[in-house]
Amino acid sequence: MLGLNRKDAILLLIVAVLALFAPFILNPFPVDSALAQFNAGYPDLMQRFVIFGIFAIGFNILFGLTGYLSFGHAAFLGVGSYSAVWMFKLLSMNVLPALVFSVVIAGLFALVIGYVSLRRSGIYFSILTLAFAQMSFNLAYSVLTPITNGETGLQLALTDPRILDSAQVGGSLPVTSLFGAEMRSAMTLDLAGWSFTFSVGYYLCAIIMLIAFYLSVRLFRSPFGLMLRAIKSNQQRLNYTGLESRPYTLAAFVISGMYAGLAGGLLASMDPLAGADRMQWTASGEVVLMTILGGAGTLIGPVLGAGFIKYFENIFSKINESILHQWFAFLPDGVQDFIVMILYPFIGKGWSLTLGIMFMLVVIFLPGGLVEGGQRIARLFRRTKTTDGDVVSTKTKPAE
Amino acid sequence: MTEQTCPVILAYALVLVGTGASHRMAGTMDAIILQILNGLDKGAAYALIALGLTLIFGTLGVVNFAHGALFMIGAFCAVALQALFNASTVTLDPTKLDFLGNPAKVETPYLVSWFGPEMGASIIDWSVPLAILFAFPIMVIFGFVLERGLIKHFYKRPHADQILVTFGLAIVLQEIVKYFFGANPIPTSAPDVFRGSLDFGVWLGFEANAIIYPYWRLVYFAFAALLIASVFGFLQFTTFGMVVRAGMADRETVGLLGIDIDKRFTLIFGLAAAVAGLAGVMYTPILSPNYHMGMDFLVLSFVVVVVGGMGSLPGAVLAGFLLGILQSFASMNEVKSLIPGIDQIIIYLVAIIILLSRPRGLMGRKGVMEE
Repeated sequence: MLGLNRKDAILLLIVAVLALFAPFILNPFPVDSALAQFNAGYPDLMQRFVIFGIFAIGFNILFGLTGYLSFGHAAFLGVGSYSAVWMFKLLSMNVLPALVFSVVIAGLFALVIGYVSLRRSGIYFSILTLAFAQMSFNLAYSVLTPITNGETGLQLALTDPRILDSAQVGGSLPVTSLFGAEMRSAMTLDLAGWSFTFSVGYYLCAIIMLIAFYLSVRLFRSPFGLMLRAIKSNQQRLNYTGLESRPYTLAAFVISGMYAGLAGGLLASMDPLAGADRMQWTASGEVVLMTILGGAGTLIGPVLGAGFIKYFENIFSKINESILHQWFAFLPDGVQDFIVMILYPFIGKGWSLTLGIMFMLVVIFLPGGLVEGGQRIARLFRRTKTTDGDVVSTKTKPAE
Repeated sequence: MTEQTCPVILAYALVLVGTGASHRMAGTMDAIILQILNGLDKGAAYALIALGLTLIFGTLGVVNFAHGALFMIGAFCAVALQALFNASTVTLDPTKLDFLGNPAKVETPYLVSWFGPEMGASIIDWSVPLAILFAFPIMVIFGFVLERGLIKHFYKRPHADQILVTFGLAIVLQEIVKYFFGANPIPTSAPDVFRGSLDFGVWLGFEANAIIYPYWRLVYFAFAALLIASVFGFLQFTTFGMVVRAGMADRETVGLLGIDIDKRFTLIFGLAAAVAGLAGVMYTPILSPNYHMGMDFLVLSFVVVVVGGMGSLPGAVLAGFLLGILQSFASMNEVKSLIPGIDQIIIYLVAIIILLSRPRGLMGRKGVMEE
């Protein structure tokens, strides 16, 4: 199917089902129940799941396949956002030209930065990309204010030219749309206590994410992807066979930069403003976290990692002290206070602490991320099953 | 050789730009000296952090992204000690009334009641320098625990893993400090003696008030120079240092000679942590410590290390001061009006130029961190 083998086709199908039915899957609890705060099925959050999924998929093409650890990928995200907002300001509120423009501009940026940075490898490469990203961040904050609007961030204004749809402009700010379908319009389905929201913006993002995911699967399985893996495993040997590796790494860098630009453009399409803090190096760190947490070099890993981090970021930061007290209300007062006191630093504003600890644990114990964790559990089950019947076959089978 | 002089030429060019744009030709020389002085304290902080980073990298081969966090923890040692010294008892003073007519509350720090008013007040006043004594053992022990507990397991893992785990650690440390001390910067003052400024220009024969330089920055520079000198002296003139240097050059051979090099390297990690911590302690009067100061300095210090050459201690120090001074020149108004925004990007720009023209950095050795 679509040029994929059976396993990949199933994977794509699973991702497609998850993405398309996300409004149901992420809203498992009725609105009025106490667990409703664990619901994540509102458009704003779901959009962020898939957008950061795209970002992480793109980052994984570079880091997972070639092993080059870029610490400056947020720069492309920021560039994508800025270009999309400029498109909204100058041309039209249609998201299509904005997305195309942001991908192209981010690709050009990636070409320049990659051309320079990829002359070095290892830690030097990381530092070079970091330096470029910090440079763009600082410039966006200070000198480039006419383009980026500095600290305030780039926003839409009533006086924008908007050549293609100037006729529609009324008294209020126009909204982003795809040929008339407004991004923020949504349909709500109430079903016996449950409430599901289907937003146009989310489905646009989800479909784009599916396309991006499909492309990355094809890329992983292509001869080009194989070449990138060869670079990761032993670049020197590759060079000795007479192959120049740099065009391949540069291509991977540009592709992943374009993915980041696409993610940035989508962010701006959902909410048309762009700020420099999207380019800061902590943002670059975040996408690294997502990819590692999910499993670098795997297909599904980055999507999982992005969803995981964004979900817990939202849910954890919403929990506050009184909710904790509510949960542990069944305990005696002293014990309750004690438990709340222990848990309190890890929730709410302390979410970053939880994230940091989780991230460290994953790097230490599960270098392959969530995907490796899943595989280990699956293998455990398989082994217990096989030991019942034939012990011989497990012995002769080589370990995976 | 031409490549080696590249940054020097660059610095010189910046100076020329500065002089060319300045209309006050008489005031150029003192402006240049002032900028060099201004660059010194920041450069000293970069140099100290980069020195520790290089020590760790040269001995253990670990890329430590948590080093900025160690700098921050040092700074918060000073904050904690200041808070500790200011711990006070509250008594009611019936002779004074507050605006509601109740007896006014008087806070007396414990130190004042223990050592008498004068002695107690001066101990509180000197809390930052005293924090050195307090921070040094803490940082050494902290570094020791960190190395044995975490870093040790990452020697054989790829550099990417080391970067990632220390990056995670930096986040954790930063958040812990944020939880206990809050997100706002906490002002910490230098002793009263060092409050004022030195009229440096008079010494050199300029007019009065031409070059004004705060005393504490001078102290910081002197302290940093002393610390750097003692680290180099320790490595150069003691047997311990000799073994460590031998281990940096060829770890395996030293091990084969029957020396337990791992134990010494652990101590070096503690030492590097202490250097970063002390740099942080003394920096508090210059910059009020906040929880993300470590990250801010870390990024720049890494750039400094790479510019100086991975694994080269003199390179780290040289590059630290060089970039600090360059940054301060770039923030002169004359330069900024010529090339807008240069002060924001100068360090990164220099790093990119140097990495591309001289891949091993200014003083990098062959074979260090090369695939």
